[in-house]
Amino acid sequence: MATRDIMGHHYNYLCSDATSTRQPLDVDDVGMSEQARENMMAHYNLDQPVIMQYFTYLTNAVTFNFGPSMVTRSREVNDMLISGFPASLQLGFVTLIFAVISGIILGVLAALRHNRMIDYATMFIAIIGISIPNFIQAMLFIQYISTQFDFFPTAQWGTWRHMILPALALSSGPMAIIARMTRSNMLEVLTEDYIRTAKAKGLSAWQIVVKHALRNALLPVITILGVLVASIFTGSFVVERIFAIPGVGQYFVDSITNRDYPMIMATTIIYSTIFIVMMFIVDVVYGIIDPRIQLHKKEE
Amino acid sequence: MADRTNPELLLEVDNLHVSFSTKRGEVQAVRGVSFSLSKGETLAIVGESGCGKSVTAQSIMRLIAQPPGKYKEGSIRYKGKELTTLSEKEMQKLRGLEMGMIFQDPMTSLNPVITVGEQIREGLMRHQKISKADATKEAIEMLQLVGIADPEKRMKQHPHQFSGGMRQRLMIAMALVCKPDILIADEPTTALDVTIQAQIIDLFKEIQRKTGVAIIIITHDLGVVAQIADRICVMYAGKIAETGMSAAVFQQHQHPYTEGILKSVPRLDGDRDQPLIPVPGTPPNLMNPPEGCPFYYRCEYAMKVCKEHAPPESDLGDGHYVHCWLQDARAHSIQASRQHT
Repeated sequence: MATRDIMGHHYNYLCSDATSTRQPLDVDDVGMSEQARENMMAHYNLDQPVIMQYFTYLTNAVTFNFGPSMVTRSREVNDMLISGFPASLQLGFVTLIFAVISGIILGVLAALRHNRMIDYATMFIAIIGISIPNFIQAMLFIQYISTQFDFFPTAQWGTWRHMILPALALSSGPMAIIARMTRSNMLEVLTEDYIRTAKAKGLSAWQIVVKHALRNALLPVITILGVLVASIFTGSFVVERIFAIPGVGQYFVDSITNRDYPMIMATTIIYSTIFIVMMFIVDVVYGIIDPRIQLHKKEE
Repeated sequence: MADRTNPELLLEVDNLHVSFSTKRGEVQAVRGVSFSLSKGETLAIVGESGCGKSVTAQSIMRLIAQPPGKYKEGSIRYKGKELTTLSEKEMQKLRGLEMGMIFQDPMTSLNPVITVGEQIREGLMRHQKISKADATKEAIEMLQLVGIADPEKRMKQHPHQFSGGMRQRLMIAMALVCKPDILIADEPTTALDVTIQAQIIDLFKEIQRKTGVAIIIITHDLGVVAQIADRICVMYAGKIAETGMSAAVFQQHQHPYTEGILKSVPRLDGDRDQPLIPVPGTPPNLMNPPEGCPFYYRCEYAMKVCKEHAPPESDLGDGHYVHCWLQDARAHSIQASRQHT
């Protein structure tokens, strides 16, 4: 073990080398026989060259097989993640839907009542949402809302009531960003010539705003939606922890403090995947909403 | 001005005043404009930038945002209905259905994310109880009328797939789809290149012949005016300087400003080396308009009275009116004595 070079050590560290001397589990300390050690090395493919080990890891990772956890040794990383995913996904989607809907509504209202009370109030809320980190908000919610009203549980997961406060804490940031973007885009779009054209056709104010203005105003908002989704999911780690939600977030935070490398790798890869998929979806949606950027189709 | 009992009378603008409040004060964009429009007629409103012609046009459709805009005085009557005080709901019923409007820049006047067909159809569906299929059929007919080939296919396309001239045709189709009585065209050819301009003007004439729509065309292009207008209003600094039948304004114009803008047009038969003759000076600031004739400071015939008193309207017969002190009987002796010195 000691002769292993730095590079190899690094890879083994990452690639579930359960026998490495630097691991929390140090087999040498328990007095393992030479034969047992060799069997074990063979079992974990550690007798193969580093590059092969890495390749094995990659093939496993592609099929979402991340091996056993180093800390909770009896469980596979996959099992743990799968058990945590429903809660995380639920929270993420509730947050996202809330952030998008309320952000757009607030933004539109602020734009239509530009420089009036609603505008100022909305932008005040938005500034608060951006400036106070979600974990602070989460704690404030627990302190001032949960403890006062039994309706909102302080922690745990189960009913829809458990979702409200964490979702609120998580969504205020993205909501604020969406509201501000929607507002500024709406203000710009409402002065466009085609809005005047729509008005000259005798359309109602509602038709003009929803059909002609909003679609144009939302294009840039959709662009940042991909990034926001990523931030909602990554942001949920800490908030999940605060509300003791049995989601993926707790594993991620725990795995870092426990140096549970397979777990860190697995969660990172999964979140990266979500991010990439979201970006792709955003690109496709963008093409649907704005016909000018449709993928090039052959004429006839 | 116009014959009030005329059953052909569609629109009557009487002493219209429109102002905009800005941070630096009130801009009096339109200061007492009167004109009328009869069925099937083409009225051209000409004047330089900032003379209030677009504001006048948009006031008729009530497209001026209030605030900052404000209808201070005067009236706009459409078929006897007062438009300046009509509710927004009633106004929406009028827009598109009774009067259509075309704007200057066809590149920005169409919504980029909605199909052309839908943009033409939506006005129809708003104003008439009509199925989508019927609306589509009418929209296709409209596209044929404005000269767009292969309309069924074009209906499903978006504005970016059309050229500038084609987009102006779309705007015309859009404005006319509900068969309005009045078509207001606010500088419809300004943003187009010259060959396309001629096509669009021909299209206006053809459409008027086919549908009998009355047209108000706002422009500063006298070439366009000469081709299409029955009557002309020359506007200056928010007021009408001279109005009359097209031939009268072109050939027997009485106002020095009309003379000035007609002289400033380059002539095909003129000497190529001869420089253009501009109207010297700039129009007055409408934030603080002069008390007398607004053209006083640029007018070569200016008299003392012009500075102090706004000129009255002089009727030269056959609908030809001029706002100028030169029409006053006493002015001739002054001008005559000037020419001697």
